[in-house]
Amino acid sequence: MNDTVLSVRDLSVAYGQTRAVRGVSFELGRGQVLGIAGESGCGKSTLAYAINRLLQPPGRTTSGEVAFHPKDGDPIDVLALEGEELRRFRWRRVAMVFQSAMNALNPVLSVRRQLHDVFTTHEPSMSRREREERSRELLELVGIDPGRIGAYPHELSGGMRQRVLIAMAMALNPDVVVLDEPTTALDVVVQRDILEEIDRLREMFGFAVVFITHDLSLLLEISDHLAIMYGGRIVEYGTSKDTLLQPRHPYTVGLLNSFPSLRGERQALHGIPGSPPDLSKELTGCSFAPRCPYAFEGCHTHEPELDSIQDSLVACLQYDRRLHPARPDRRLRERRFDHADHEVIS
Amino acid sequence: MAYLWRKLGFYAVALWAALTINFLIPRLIRGNPVDIILSRFQTRQPPPPEFRKALEVMFGVSHDPLWVQYFAYLRQLATGNLGTSVTYYPAPVGTVIGQAMPWTLGLVSIALLITVGLGVGLGMVAGWRRGSWLDGLIPTTTFLAAIPYFWLALLLLFFLGAGLGWFPLNGAYDYAHVRMGFTGDFIGSVLCHGALPALTLVISGIAGWLLGMRNMMVSTMAEDYVVMAQAKGLRPRRVMVAYAARNAVLPNVTGFAIMLGFFVGGQVATEVVFSYPGVGFALLQAVGSADYPLMQGLFLIISVAVLAANFLVDLLYGLIDPRVRKAG
Amino acid sequence: MTAVVTLAAPRDRVLGLPRSGKLVAGLVIVGFFALLAIAGPILAGDPEALVAGRLEPPSAEQWLGSTDTGQSVLAQLMYATRGSMLIGVTAGVLGTVGSLLIGVVGGYFGGWVDEAFSLLSNVALVIPTLPLLILVADYVEDGGPFTYALIISLISWAGPARVIRSQVMSLRNRDYVDAARVSGEPGWRIMVFQILPNLVPVIASGFVWAIIGAILTESGLSALGLGGGAVTSWGGMLYYAQNGSALSMGSWWWFVPPGLFIAALGTGLSLINFSIDELMNPRLRKAAA
Repeated sequence: MNDTVLSVRDLSVAYGQTRAVRGVSFELGRGQVLGIAGESGCGKSTLAYAINRLLQPPGRTTSGEVAFHPKDGDPIDVLALEGEELRRFRWRRVAMVFQSAMNALNPVLSVRRQLHDVFTTHEPSMSRREREERSRELLELVGIDPGRIGAYPHELSGGMRQRVLIAMAMALNPDVVVLDEPTTALDVVVQRDILEEIDRLREMFGFAVVFITHDLSLLLEISDHLAIMYGGRIVEYGTSKDTLLQPRHPYTVGLLNSFPSLRGERQALHGIPGSPPDLSKELTGCSFAPRCPYAFEGCHTHEPELDSIQDSLVACLQYDRRLHPARPDRRLRERRFDHADHEVIS
Repeated sequence: MAYLWRKLGFYAVALWAALTINFLIPRLIRGNPVDIILSRFQTRQPPPPEFRKALEVMFGVSHDPLWVQYFAYLRQLATGNLGTSVTYYPAPVGTVIGQAMPWTLGLVSIALLITVGLGVGLGMVAGWRRGSWLDGLIPTTTFLAAIPYFWLALLLLFFLGAGLGWFPLNGAYDYAHVRMGFTGDFIGSVLCHGALPALTLVISGIAGWLLGMRNMMVSTMAEDYVVMAQAKGLRPRRVMVAYAARNAVLPNVTGFAIMLGFFVGGQVATEVVFSYPGVGFALLQAVGSADYPLMQGLFLIISVAVLAANFLVDLLYGLIDPRVRKAG
Repeated sequence: MTAVVTLAAPRDRVLGLPRSGKLVAGLVIVGFFALLAIAGPILAGDPEALVAGRLEPPSAEQWLGSTDTGQSVLAQLMYATRGSMLIGVTAGVLGTVGSLLIGVVGGYFGGWVDEAFSLLSNVALVIPTLPLLILVADYVEDGGPFTYALIISLISWAGPARVIRSQVMSLRNRDYVDAARVSGEPGWRIMVFQILPNLVPVIASGFVWAIIGAILTESGLSALGLGGGAVTSWGGMLYYAQNGSALSMGSWWWFVPPGLFIAALGTGLSLINFSIDELMNPRLRKAAA
């Protein structure tokens, strides 16, 4: 039985010379939550835009495949959609909640007009009354007083605007909702409310979620699978549980160590020193090697493939028996990310 | 409503400034118009004092202190009395302006509507289809914007009027053969005579709107709400008009005052070249014949008209941008 | 290999601006006119001298033909170029200095000073300028070019002042300005050393617009016969051409060149300004690429 709703194979995106996404593959199960995490500039937002065919020139997909699998009927080749077909595909199949609620709502149209717009284009048979009714229902669903439907975006708080965006994403009951950093601009309390809201709605409607954030701690709670991106590639992929309990990639370890543990254990907090690679230049070897405490000679010359290690996929040469015949570094297995001992290791 | 009151207050101040400038300019620069006229007439002997006296009465020149004159001036304006024209003596300035005003208003408003409509429309499409042939034409607007109105009017007159004979050379309608009135002949004649002046204004004026709108479209299209509108699967036309252009036009509307200033300047030059019987033509004639009351009256009426147009546009802005209504 | 390296690293900046076709074209045009203004009158001979018959078309001796009194159009054009550019640049400088004073002081001090200055610029913006200039120019009558430049600059400061003010307002709250204020630097030092350098693109853009505006305004005034009565500018030439029945006699060589020069110089200056705009607003640059 195939219960995949979205499959991405070997997808690459370039902005002119900059190769922002490089050969990314993943599958999203129906009703599942996939979290994609990484620092800003790692290509995660670009990936989301590419799936939705929203790249603005000079951005374009250079290779790969995005297939959408409807419950009934044949798979849809998303990258081949054009014109009317693409327009009808959008929002009904894959809806999106944008990063900054402040800018994602049109400042000169009321919330009503922006909600109605979805129905007038996708459900032309609906009457004005029905549209209004549905729009109010949607607002109520996300906890906004339907009486505020006539409000303009600047009259709403940041949290409310984010809820409006979520309501809008629910409008056509889509199969997949892409959330692009939906809570970044909000304070912690509101963040939590919004997350719970999304979880509740997902249980109600059963849509699958691609959740994109730089905040790994958010993902561990709500996602089934996790993909960690670095330098335009997925460097580790597995279930949330596996990734949390046994992170394999040094970068994942570094990210996890950047947050206090959820169980409240006292742990030293580390950022990851250094900055992400410049993707406009040709890269040789592992793109994380310059920042990696476990990098050895081979890391600077060989680019690691995404290989399976038990139930996870990891792209790291520490696990490559040919180039690194010894077992992975003990410190890595102990989930340490210490630059102080750098010399000792290399 | 705070917005409305604030704007009303501003235009009251601007109106007062215009009135005061109008009062001060002749008095600060040259003393008074009578001196200027006398200096022009002066030949060998000084003019008889009765002549000077008569002129002073005619121009309302007095030797009272400035502030007394100022209040007298304001009082006169309040009663709608703009003085008597010298050229068209004894017609009051108000009457002369009343005859010229409809022609100018008609010409300016039609030309302005065409300019703004065409400029914003084409700019919208050029920005939306970045890199298309229409967008490729944008740099040529730079040249259009730099063409002086006066010269463009001369060229059009020379080539389309005199050279090809497509359009009449001057006037607002065929004075010799058509009588004023609501007849097809008259209206046709007015349109025919108005075509070249209007074309002059449109050609020189359109560039600014086109370029401004195009650049704002380019900036606006990178905004999240435009990308989101596309993600929503809205029709491209809807995204372009209601999401991108609705926002892109706002900064252009705030630039309206400056544009209108240029437009009025162009109007004066155009009317002069085409001998179009509007206020600009009258202004230049008044200058030529040292008709100071008429000159000042015309400046005043032009200022009031421009202020009123700007006020209208500000009200319109309040309608299309919900943010200013509340914030005030 | 070396060849590739030299090709890959061209001078990508001109006058501190990103090099582009527009900028180069603009600089070439403006440079051409600057050269004409300086050298033209020396080469062209006396513009008042009667050198040909009446309204003669262009010929080998008189490249641009003659006026209705038999003067050389080319010689007049050279002198007019100098006159127009002189007035344009002078008015541009005066207007820019004015807008800088009003904009920086208002934006920096804020409060009622800013309120007053803003009101002043906004009022100046809505009062129609050409009719006002006609009024003033008529009363001034025969002032020299400097008087006209001064009058024109009186109406050209308001727009740039508004732009400068908003820029200063945003700069005023930057950290390094705060730091300077806390460390006790006097207000004028902060303005000159911290804020002014960051205003350079805005000022440059305002200056270029002011020159274009001044040249267009001056030509408008002169063409209407309010330029003091001498053939010292492009607009003045147009006035005499129109009154010398150049139109009815079909003497296009008399009235076409001055207008063409105005439009060409204006285009050159605008092209330079586009480069400045693109420097300030990278989104436009990306669009052009």
